[in-house]
Amino acid sequence: MVDDLYQEIIIDHSKRPRNCHAMADANRKAEGYNPLCGDELKLYIKIENDIVKDVSWVGTGCAISTASASLMTESVKGKSRQEALKLLEKFHEQLTTDTPVTQELGKLVVFCGVRDYPARVKCATLAWHTLKSALTNSGEPVVSTE
Amino acid sequence: MSMIASVISAAFDVDKIREDFPVLKQRIHGKPLVYLDSAATAQKPFAVIDAIRKFHEVDCANIHRGVHELSQRSTAAYEETRIKAKRFLNARAKNELIFVRGTTEGINLVASSWGRKNVKAGDEIVISTLEHHSNIVPWQMLCEEKGARLRVIPVDDRGELLLEEYEKLLGPRTRMVAVGHVSNALGTINPVRQIVEMAHRAGALALIDGAQAAPHMKIDVQALDADFYAFSGHKVIGPTGIGILYGKAKLLNAMPPYQGGGDMIKSVTFEKTIYADLPYKFEAGTPNIAGGIGLGAAFDYITSIGLDKIAAYEHELLVYGTEALSRIPGLRIIGTAREKAAVLSFVIDGIHPHDIGTVLDRQGIAVRTGHHCAQPVMDRFGVPATTRASLAFYNTFAEIDALAAGLAKVKEIFS
Repeated sequence: MVDDLYQEIIIDHSKRPRNCHAMADANRKAEGYNPLCGDELKLYIKIENDIVKDVSWVGTGCAISTASASLMTESVKGKSRQEALKLLEKFHEQLTTDTPVTQELGKLVVFCGVRDYPARVKCATLAWHTLKSALTNSGEPVVSTE
Repeated sequence: MSMIASVISAAFDVDKIREDFPVLKQRIHGKPLVYLDSAATAQKPFAVIDAIRKFHEVDCANIHRGVHELSQRSTAAYEETRIKAKRFLNARAKNELIFVRGTTEGINLVASSWGRKNVKAGDEIVISTLEHHSNIVPWQMLCEEKGARLRVIPVDDRGELLLEEYEKLLGPRTRMVAVGHVSNALGTINPVRQIVEMAHRAGALALIDGAQAAPHMKIDVQALDADFYAFSGHKVIGPTGIGILYGKAKLLNAMPPYQGGGDMIKSVTFEKTIYADLPYKFEAGTPNIAGGIGLGAAFDYITSIGLDKIAAYEHELLVYGTEALSRIPGLRIIGTAREKAAVLSFVIDGIHPHDIGTVLDRQGIAVRTGHHCAQPVMDRFGVPATTRASLAFYNTFAEIDALAAGLAKVKEIFS
């Protein structure tokens, strides 16, 4: 049922997104865009000694993409760059493959419901793709989930 | 339901019609399918499915070139559709009907063939804010290539074109006015007769994008005096990959071919190729024969019901749907033109269209969400996207009730 997708924590974060503001002293930035939905977000990160000291975002999108951005920022704050990238990999794997759902994701596990909604996977991963771009400085200033 | 609505709907046997559309009988996520996305593509009746099947099972052969029986049968069936298209649009002659892949190719054909020959630096092409991307981008490409200028007719808050602004855009540099008959994103029915007349007075030609009009109202290209009129088969309950471009014969005759290849020639030598006469000059290569034959069956089906009856019934659905949606707090209908086709585009405060679409889908209700390939329309109304329920003659009043109930569920989840 659709309630599996829109779990309480997702609704909560979509209505009251956390870390949703610009950051003046960020030293990493990236922009994400999903041309199909029009979803867009700007990500701000402050990295010190390879640790994500602070992270914030601004943007517009559906409940899934908003909650995903909100929960992503909560999850990676305080992690090392490597840890954050590893979490990203795990998150992506859990949403896009049939691997059994593990608890390694912590509260991010609520997004596993997206598996049954292929058209919505992009909504849940936009913030994470943008995170990857910001952390790896892959040279593409704007990432797209298309 | 109002008294008038019940009288019309009683005369219109929608239950019987629905029996002809096999796709509508299924359940989606355990709920009866409520298909409200006919502006994207319309569902197909058995008559169309069977015609395509019969072609492949019984008559399959290439057209226009074989002397054998099957080729003659397939040629006759395919060319019969051209005659039906002539009647469908009330064109003067069957050689004014060109088979294309769809509306998009029809517009590209004109922009490419007519445009390259006739548009020069400093010339102007006029389109409107309401256009689908397929009636924007081909003209933009032409303007870029030629150094011409694209001018855009604005709309008011209802989604109606501002004709006094259109008048101001017209001038000696205007070469072409290309507008949609009905807006896919909002449902606005544009006053195309008047738009064409104004274009002609300025010495320009007029192309009408009829993709959203052809399934819903009688079209008479002679009464409209349109120079070109394009529509897609799949939106008039025919197959995908086939459509019709109407053009006045004298214009088509003066235009160079769009693509070169087989079937569009009289003779070929390495020194000189002599092109075929209309309409074949514009029909290079083996066409979508099955699609063309299926489209013929679609014309027959629609004609048998009658576009006047279809338009009247769909209008009652629109009125009923508009009332039903207007009762939902926080819902705003985008596009409230006085003349409107059965399109309900809307936004709900604080709920993104994609979330609305997903929750409705789980209740078996198919709607379109997004910018509907009309981003300038979304920009004009200050929304990134809308949810669009688009209706066809096989929809019912009960399905609109289902949509309203589905939206109540949406609001419950996101409240």
